[in-house]
Amino acid sequence: MGDPRTEVGWPTVEPRKGFFTDTSICIGCKACEVACKEWNHNPQDGDLELTGWSYDNTQALGASTWRHVAFVEQSREQLVAARRSGQALVELGMPTVRSDDAAPDNAAGDVTPPDTDEFRWLMASDVCKHCTHAGCLDVCPTGALFRTEFGSVVVQADVCNGCGTCVAGCPFGVVQRRDDGTVGTASRGYDVPNRHVAQKCTLCYDRLLDDGVPACAKTCPTTSIKFGDRDELVDDARRRVAAMHAEGRTEARLYGANPYDGVGGTGSIFLLLDEPEVYGLPPDPRVCTADLPQMWRRAGAAMAGMAVAAAVSFVMGRR
Amino acid sequence: MSTSDYDQFRPPEPERRRRRGFGGGKRRRGGSTARVPADSMVPEVEFTSYYGRNVVKPPPWEWPVALYLFTGGVAGASGVLAAGAQIAGLPVLRRNTRLAALAAVGVSGAALVADLGRPERALNMLRTFKVTSPMSVGSWILTAFSAPTSLAAVAELPIPLGRLRKVVDVLQGPAGLAAGAFGPPLAGYTAVLLADTAIPTWNGARQHLPFVFVSSASLAASGLAMITTPSDETGPARRLAVLGVVGDLVAMRVMEAHMDPVVVEPLHEGKPGKLLHLSERLAIAGGIGALFARRRWVAVASGLALMAASACTRFGVFEAGLESAKDPRYTVVPQRRRLEERRRRGEVDDSITTVE
Repeated sequence: MGDPRTEVGWPTVEPRKGFFTDTSICIGCKACEVACKEWNHNPQDGDLELTGWSYDNTQALGASTWRHVAFVEQSREQLVAARRSGQALVELGMPTVRSDDAAPDNAAGDVTPPDTDEFRWLMASDVCKHCTHAGCLDVCPTGALFRTEFGSVVVQADVCNGCGTCVAGCPFGVVQRRDDGTVGTASRGYDVPNRHVAQKCTLCYDRLLDDGVPACAKTCPTTSIKFGDRDELVDDARRRVAAMHAEGRTEARLYGANPYDGVGGTGSIFLLLDEPEVYGLPPDPRVCTADLPQMWRRAGAAMAGMAVAAAVSFVMGRR
Repeated sequence: MSTSDYDQFRPPEPERRRRRGFGGGKRRRGGSTARVPADSMVPEVEFTSYYGRNVVKPPPWEWPVALYLFTGGVAGASGVLAAGAQIAGLPVLRRNTRLAALAAVGVSGAALVADLGRPERALNMLRTFKVTSPMSVGSWILTAFSAPTSLAAVAELPIPLGRLRKVVDVLQGPAGLAAGAFGPPLAGYTAVLLADTAIPTWNGARQHLPFVFVSSASLAASGLAMITTPSDETGPARRLAVLGVVGDLVAMRVMEAHMDPVVVEPLHEGKPGKLLHLSERLAIAGGIGALFARRRWVAVASGLALMAASACTRFGVFEAGLESAKDPRYTVVPQRRRLEERRRRGEVDDSITTVE
């Protein structure tokens, strides 16, 4: 499994960049959503309706929402179940633990779980995963989507013709075409940039080119969103999970840190406190193009069958 | 939930307003168990979702794309019929199928461009060639089919071309054969276009959808030929129609049998279910008609039934996929099941969720 950047011809000079979103210390302030919108000039989407989904009125990632904070309110039973499912992952032994430096730093300290065990409030800032094997990039017909030297996946808005194939290609439901779902902004005199083309998180490509930090990570007040070299972030994430498990918080688990998963690992990794689907993430995503060679072979067989059927029909005579 | 003595002084909780556009009020909160339709074929699978919100997004494709699936198939198979008629020496069938191919490919191109977010950038489709992108491969197939088809069709038309007429007459033979060669790819690649996505029902159909689509294309183009061409030249088209009907019925059944029992559901429910059911009956009627289509009116009626059957198949499969993307159940349940199956077999190193 090669580096996705060298595969597309970059002479690799930059370490692969990514996010580590540690949801266990997210306070749900949504500063990341705001900072992202401001920096990237993303227009309002939706009509400011209140959903009743705890404090989440943003609802989902989309063409104009590149960070989305999820809120889930859970009872004691759900916490116990999450702790059990996390423990089950440990017992499966997955993946094999190779490093010995995962010993928690604070193992000797106070191991009492904070707060209460009676209920909990999950908050998690979701973002484009910047997959190692990115479905959106693979299926893009124009080359508008490309792999940057930082390993992120970015849309060139001036090349995209808005065909929408990438929307169907993303196993996480991240990328979207910026259509007239963008409400109200035109009538209020705002200019909506990049209308009718695919839009998603760029990992703040413009800021990275200037040695900057993505807007969401820069603004996050609790360091729940960390930005850096992906390898280092994965190490940090593993240490964090080990520390939480040492505290008895076995609900903690990583999402996207495994290079052998269906998308080859993600550039944005997450520490979750429950099963992925609780946060609206797919539990076993697989990049659609992994099966593409087989699909082309099946289609080739079907096309050959059609040609044979036609040949037979003609050989049998004109009447 | 914690309680206190002061709770008695609270006003009653207001009833929450039902959110607009949330079908049937089936709100699923994180941690709740899913509703399973009464006619579901599989035992209830517990799954959680984020407030019932879809995980994957349906592509922003509307009816022009479904129309293209249909007309692209008609064009491709008409090109094949035209090449066959050219070789077999059936001049009326050749002329009519060439013109049909040109008309269908014209509608196809227009539909594809109309569905783009930025139609003025349609030519960006030919900016590169990517074998990982069925949309890119398909754009090149469509182009490679359209050019010779146009030339072959122009050769059939009694229009004054001046000196060009000689060139056209020389090139129309090879052009007709080239169009025939690109016909099956044009009819079949759209199945890969749909299957090579994260849309549960399309992706779940990837093994057999190409066989459904080439069959559907064959019967539709043959039906069109039966409408346009007198019966004494449509023998091959009628046989191809019957083969197409048989292929369509068999491939559809095999496809559904091999699909995950959850992701196959959208093919049976709601509007897509009705369309596919209607498609099957129309195909059978048209196929039987094609067997006895010496009479002109039987041929025309059968041809219309076959065309309609193909259109229903394409719109049905298209809309079933969009439906499957709108409900998290179709994404989460099959993924959760295959993950558990791998874990039971002891394959634990390929999960996206890991612990240390």
